[in-house]
Amino acid sequence: MFDRILFNFIQVLVVLTLSPLVKGVIDRLKENVQSKRGPSIFQPYRDIWKLFHKDEVISDQTTWIFRLTPYVVFAVPIFVAMLIPVLTSYPLFFAFMGDMLGGGFILALGGFFSTLAAVDTGNPYGAMGASRTRMVGFLAEPVFMIVFFTVSVIAGSTIPYIVQQHWVTPLANFLAPSHVLLMVAFFMLILAEAGRIPVDNPSGHFELAMVDESKGLEYSGRGAALMKWGGCMKFFVLLCIFLNVLVAPWGLAHGQALWEVLLAIPLVLAKVLGFILILVAIESSLAKLRLFRITEFLGAAFVTSITALIMQFFEM
Amino acid sequence: METTATVSFFIQQVLGLVGGLFLLTTFGLIVTRQLRANLTLFTIQSALLAASALTLGYARSSTHLLFVAGLTVVVKPLLIPWLLRRIVSSDIFARRDISQVLNIPTVLLVGLGLATLSYFISRPLLDGADAAVRTNLPIGMAGLFLGVFAMTVRREAISQVLAILSMENGAFFAGIAIAPGLPLMAELAASFDMLIIALVMGLLAKKIHERVGTTSVGELVALKEDSTRWNS
Repeated sequence: MFDRILFNFIQVLVVLTLSPLVKGVIDRLKENVQSKRGPSIFQPYRDIWKLFHKDEVISDQTTWIFRLTPYVVFAVPIFVAMLIPVLTSYPLFFAFMGDMLGGGFILALGGFFSTLAAVDTGNPYGAMGASRTRMVGFLAEPVFMIVFFTVSVIAGSTIPYIVQQHWVTPLANFLAPSHVLLMVAFFMLILAEAGRIPVDNPSGHFELAMVDESKGLEYSGRGAALMKWGGCMKFFVLLCIFLNVLVAPWGLAHGQALWEVLLAIPLVLAKVLGFILILVAIESSLAKLRLFRITEFLGAAFVTSITALIMQFFEM
Repeated sequence: METTATVSFFIQQVLGLVGGLFLLTTFGLIVTRQLRANLTLFTIQSALLAASALTLGYARSSTHLLFVAGLTVVVKPLLIPWLLRRIVSSDIFARRDISQVLNIPTVLLVGLGLATLSYFISRPLLDGADAAVRTNLPIGMAGLFLGVFAMTVRREAISQVLAILSMENGAFFAGIAIAPGLPLMAELAASFDMLIIALVMGLLAKKIHERVGTTSVGELVALKEDSTRWNS
């Protein structure tokens, strides 16, 4: 019992401490692809550290929502990290508190509050970015639903720890058409949800073109640091859901020993690095879509997930 | 005789995967906006068809299907795109927006309906059929439907040529699973036919482009009886 609580603690700690590193590596690699040297991979840590030591300015026109939101955005990925397999392939303490749908709802709570906070300030860019994020969100929602439906049809459960075992027992299941199509659909979803390039440019500084970034423009000091850190963690959690639950549970700890759990950290990071390489290749070779083309991008994801569902249903 | 051969689970999954990707590229053929991407998708689709024939040929250990796979690789992903690229002038391929009758999300939804329909209507045919037929027949049928749909929705001559070729791909995709005993001569003739279709239609589109200055079908609605433009 004590072990499991400790492992859960380690799991949350990994999400907390390593998520800025993922962002740093992505930024660095993207610059390297463009033949530039790029910032250090530890730059996000320094940014967060710097922001924590700055004064915070809060407009007196805002309400409690604006002040509460950074804490919500920061706390939400931590809760999800308790539900999903980050390091271990067997369920931990809180695993049965919520399934994948539950995790999705908790993540949506963070999105809900950051939307409200963006509107709260009265800054026109905030409201614009918030409405655009909602547009992407509601277009992504049906794809999420179909992916979860298909997963539950295939594996007979939506608890992530049960789902992940299904893809590799037997190993030929990994190549099942529904599995590969689901991976493609969910990959496109991650691009949309995390505001990566075909949908949104995460490093853009032009307010009129922003989708996701403009929601946090009004934050400074500690609030900005928490929002930034929370965003990194949300991305890391989405990656864990994708890589550990939907792709394959390879590299996760199977045993109960502490060293096995610790060994899983570099293995999971290696998986994340593989994902990052693909992500960087995509971000460097595609251009950002025009706003109304996002419908088509997510429509393609929807078709992919439905195809997975159809093939699963009719082949049985 | 060969249809009754059991297919191992792994091969079956590979077949299914190839089929799923085939269906996906067929969807892509309807919705891509650029002609160049359209042609690339057709190439990928034909390569997937060859892959399916190869897998099936391996599973049923039939040299006949392997031969079909080889023929497909030569004709469809290599020869036809090369031919189209050669005949049709490059400024058509560089065009960015193919005009469509319906907007893209609608096209996707109707296409999904068609794909589901093809699964429904092939359902009664599949009782007791072997796994390969169960994978390939509905997908090939969906390829047929989506090809027809693409032809009606697209307003660009080259896209319509690619749509009719992809329709043929769909028919082949079903055919390699349900009729493995077709004489080689027929396959050879069909492949040659495809090549001629691509050649003739490509030449036609090229002529239209030279005479009228456009290949977007939406603008070619009136007969030009007067000789002011045609004989210039």
